[in-house]
Amino acid sequence: MTTDRTELEALLPLPPATFHILLALVDQERHGYAIIQDVEERTDGELRLSAGTLYRSVARMVEQGLIAEVLKRPAARLDDERRRYYRITPFGTAVARAEMARLSQLVRLARARGLTPETT
Amino acid sequence: MMRALERFYRVLLYLYPASFRNEYGRALTATFVARLRDMSGPARPLLGALAAVGDVVPNAIAAHWEILRHDVRYAGRSLRASPGFTLTAILVIALGVGANTAAFSLADFVLLRPLPFHEPDRLVDLWESTPGYPRMEFSPANYRDMKAMTHSFAAMGAYSDRTMNLVGTGEPRHLTVGIMTPHAMPVLGVPPLLGRAITPEDSTNEQVVVLSYGLWQSQFGGDAGIVGRAVRLDGEPYSVIGVMPAAFAFPTREIDAWVPFLLREAFFADRSDNFLSVVARLRPGVTTEQAATDVAAVAARLEQLDPRANEHTSAVVVDMRDEMSARSRMLVLALCGAALCILLLACANLASLLLARSAHRSRELAVRAALGAGRERIVRQLVTESMGLALFGGIAGVAIAVAGVPVLARLVPDSLPVSGQPSVDLRVLLAAGALVLLTGLMFGVGPAVAAGRSRALDALRGGARGGMRTQRLRAVLVTIEVAACVVLLVSSGLLIRAVLRIQGTDPGFRAEGVLTLRTELTGEKAAFGAQRVAFYDRVLQDVRALPGVQNAAYMSGLPMVMGGGIWPTTIAGAPVVRDASNTVGLRFVTPQYFAAMGITLRAGRDIADADRRESPPVAVVSESFAKRMWPNENAIGKQFTIITIPRTIVGVVGNVRVRGLERPSEPQVYLPATQLPDGMMVFYAPKDLVVRSTVPAATLLPAVRRIIAGADPDQPISDVRMLTELVASQTSSRVTQLRLLGMLATIALVIAGVGIHGLLAFAVSQRSRELGVRRALGEQVGSIVGRVMREGLVLAAAGVAIGVFIAYLAARAMGALLAGVQPGDPLTIGLAAVLCFVTAVVGCVRPAVRAASVDPITVLRGD
Repeated sequence: MTTDRTELEALLPLPPATFHILLALVDQERHGYAIIQDVEERTDGELRLSAGTLYRSVARMVEQGLIAEVLKRPAARLDDERRRYYRITPFGTAVARAEMARLSQLVRLARARGLTPETT
Repeated sequence: MMRALERFYRVLLYLYPASFRNEYGRALTATFVARLRDMSGPARPLLGALAAVGDVVPNAIAAHWEILRHDVRYAGRSLRASPGFTLTAILVIALGVGANTAAFSLADFVLLRPLPFHEPDRLVDLWESTPGYPRMEFSPANYRDMKAMTHSFAAMGAYSDRTMNLVGTGEPRHLTVGIMTPHAMPVLGVPPLLGRAITPEDSTNEQVVVLSYGLWQSQFGGDAGIVGRAVRLDGEPYSVIGVMPAAFAFPTREIDAWVPFLLREAFFADRSDNFLSVVARLRPGVTTEQAATDVAAVAARLEQLDPRANEHTSAVVVDMRDEMSARSRMLVLALCGAALCILLLACANLASLLLARSAHRSRELAVRAALGAGRERIVRQLVTESMGLALFGGIAGVAIAVAGVPVLARLVPDSLPVSGQPSVDLRVLLAAGALVLLTGLMFGVGPAVAAGRSRALDALRGGARGGMRTQRLRAVLVTIEVAACVVLLVSSGLLIRAVLRIQGTDPGFRAEGVLTLRTELTGEKAAFGAQRVAFYDRVLQDVRALPGVQNAAYMSGLPMVMGGGIWPTTIAGAPVVRDASNTVGLRFVTPQYFAAMGITLRAGRDIADADRRESPPVAVVSESFAKRMWPNENAIGKQFTIITIPRTIVGVVGNVRVRGLERPSEPQVYLPATQLPDGMMVFYAPKDLVVRSTVPAATLLPAVRRIIAGADPDQPISDVRMLTELVASQTSSRVTQLRLLGMLATIALVIAGVGIHGLLAFAVSQRSRELGVRRALGEQVGSIVGRVMREGLVLAAAGVAIGVFIAYLAARAMGALLAGVQPGDPLTIGLAAVLCFVTAVVGCVRPAVRAASVDPITVLRGD
């Protein structure tokens, strides 16, 4: 999987929107607006993706193989037929993990220097 | 309300790239609508609309930017992969853009840019007009009456120019000075850089001067405290009242300074003494045509008022912008036309190169299409490539233009009232940018659309054959290239013939070995005969004694330098009528003038030392004058009257092209310099020294300078040149233009040859299968070669026919430049057509040979 490894590393660091979209899809498939809502909730309203930003990220992430469109749809009456559903791919999960490792490593390094998030 | 907002959002989606919109448009709308539902409150419509704009606009820009970045990277890779193509394309564009940018910078400077005066659209020149002289200066009395009686003008002023000698600031310097009536400078409305311009408050004092920027810099070191200082002009103190800005040049680029000119009562006596140029500012809302009617009506009244002096005299109004000669204008326009031809050729050539390239790349493009790239994305990718080429070519082209513009500066007519030189400035750069954009689109979009249209499946199967449409496009491109080439060649050819014809014109004198220079006497030295003659005598005597000098003479205005100096003549007793049928070019000369100039003495004698002031008035006349007045008689001994004095003809000399090689000249009358009346006609005081010698000018000149300084240390020397240079300068702007056109025509020929070759080679490679099948079916090699050649030559013949037709129209339009060469000159057209056709044949040969060598087996196996 060396190709995957280099491909994966080429994507790091992830843009924040990309990372958040991956996080939103880790536990379940979601449609676009659900992703926006999930990101918004998790960040306490700090990151509000607009439709355009979301789908530009989605387009890129599909191309990069991080997520894929789900063609199986929920029952029609529960659904707006214009919605599109996405799931995370194994490669996407791997990239998300790698990004997480990168961020943890950074945080560890910062702590080792005695830096804490709280201001004194 | 929700629906309206949704519709608004859907319209905004058109800002996105089509590929993105098609893929995600519906999902975007659904998401936006869902977000809208979550909003509440009375401000929802406004917030919704703002959210829509805030969502779409930045994201659309970002999406386009991403595609552009991707396309640029891709284009860079693919252009680097074929350096031959890339360099050729960039070079061709650079030539096209360079030629056009340079031509535009000249055209803009000479023809387009508003003149550097206040509201220049309202500035006009007024001229008197008589039969044979459509634009003649005004006499002071006619000017005064015209100014008083017309109603179309907000302001009017008159001016002329004279030379003055500036002494006391280093070497004595000879200045060309604009002499302005106090109302003339305010007409132009240009504020001075320092101090003030000449205004009506100078109506009582002539001893003030306004300096041009150039003179201020060169003679006074740009001294900011110059205003108020006194300078000596012609030995008189003049107070400097102002300095004009660098851009100000009036009436021509050659003026060094301006002094007031007061029209004294004596000037108004003679309505036939025409020396005032008139400039006026139209009243707001008055058109040039209305002003012309007004002026013509006043001229008619003036004719009634003084029927003798103003017989057949009318007056005309000319927009100042249109004042330059048709020839100067044509020189510039012809250059622009040639540059456009090059651009057209360059674009046709690039379009064909790209067409061939996209055919070669059809598999690559088909694969991309199969992988889901929409047609729009492919076209966009290809246009990005061609725009990239255009951009690099454009940069190189601007560099060519920057290098070329100084050469073009020679084509700026001297009469243009704009100082400085054309340059590649912001305006020109903007034009060049537009040109690059246009070029990139012109040669890029056609092939790109054609490629985008090509059926993906065909290409994947490996059978990409140019469809009918690309074949037609190709045929059109070849025809355009040949036609543009013919137009350029015919035009250059006609101009070459015109220049040869002009250079072959006999000027009426022998220019070789003649040094000329000007010592312009001014003030009292010029006005009073005794001082004047003493100066000439001393200089001439010493110069003639120099080793190697054969003849030396003074005269009042070299041919081609001074074209005018026109006076009416009569035969004793008859009334003076001023029209072209009885005017002559008048010159005052010392003995030896004809010998020094190499003007042939046909009969009688030269002006002699014995022709002094008190001896009988005599004249030497040109053959044309003798023939006009006494068609079948010997003119020697005949009498005629000029400037009220009857004179006896003592000699007849050959005709001289006084007005230059390209214009007809009036007959010439030469009078002894000693017989120029005192205090009058200072303009006619001899000033040009003409020396014929066998030694080089470099040896002669220092000695002549010493002699002049010995005769009068304050006397400046100017206009030092060989007579041959003077004759050459007659055609220098044409020769410059010819070199440029010749260069452009050569470039065109090469581009067209390469283009035709490339197109046919491409056509052959596209048809190699068909040709292989033909070979397999037994068609002879000769027949195949003939087939390919015929195809190319039919197109070339069509191009030649169209080109000849356009070239003929172009040649008729530039008739002013052709000096009598016929626009349909068969030799030129024939040669140009043959040359283009031969180029086409050469271009056809290799592809035809390649077609013949197609191996049927290989081709058929390739399927």
